[in-house]
Amino acid sequence: MTKSELIEAIAARGELTKARAELVVNCVFDAMTEALQRGEGIEIRGFGSFTVRPYKPYDGRNPRTGQPVPVPAKRLPFFKVGKELKELVNNSRAHLAHVGEDDDDEGAFDDEED
Amino acid sequence: MTKADIVQAVYSQLGGFSKKESADLVDLVFETLKETLGRGEKIKISGFGNFVLRDKRQRQGRNPQTGDPIVITERRVLNFKASQLLKQALNDRQEGGPSNGDGGEGQAVASLGSDDRE
Repeated sequence: MTKSELIEAIAARGELTKARAELVVNCVFDAMTEALQRGEGIEIRGFGSFTVRPYKPYDGRNPRTGQPVPVPAKRLPFFKVGKELKELVNNSRAHLAHVGEDDDDEGAFDDEED
Repeated sequence: MTKADIVQAVYSQLGGFSKKESADLVDLVFETLKETLGRGEKIKISGFGNFVLRDKRQRQGRNPQTGDPIVITERRVLNFKASQLLKQALNDRQEGGPSNGDGGEGQAVASLGSDDRE
């Protein structure tokens, strides 16, 4: 699904014009982008949360030439899937019949909240 | 930021929607995203990022607490890949590097719509 398909879906299900639905969808993602720009996290229950993680500068390499390239400090957005969505996604493998019950993988990763 | 803040943005910035309508629409957006991902379909929001699904094979892992080996069953997981535009939006401003304490000024907001790629 692309953004324009999302807009169409919102228009149809929300009984709006497409132009109106587009404003809504853009407003949602703009508001989220602005929050992240402020360094603010976003928490959407049932969906997941976005956080901004600071990264220190480091020396990288141009993979083609092997030349060292300084990589400046940066901030990157990070998404953590909510429990409900995580299960929903995993269950979309429906045809695979046996859906595991356990949910304790990647514990070290999950717990790392800065 | 929570959904309530997003609802407030829709309500106050768009006009023409009641509070209730704004809330219903924001719910509808996230519901639609959720249902789509729940069908196993990925989502691409240009300018923001992609929500992609990956099928992971069963593998051997460890309980990080106890060190006990465990089997991690095969599963489908969701990853978010931020768009270049979003990454830029988080780093555009200050020359001195971005990580100056994540100060709350949002003066880079204006630069968001300036380059439309992707």
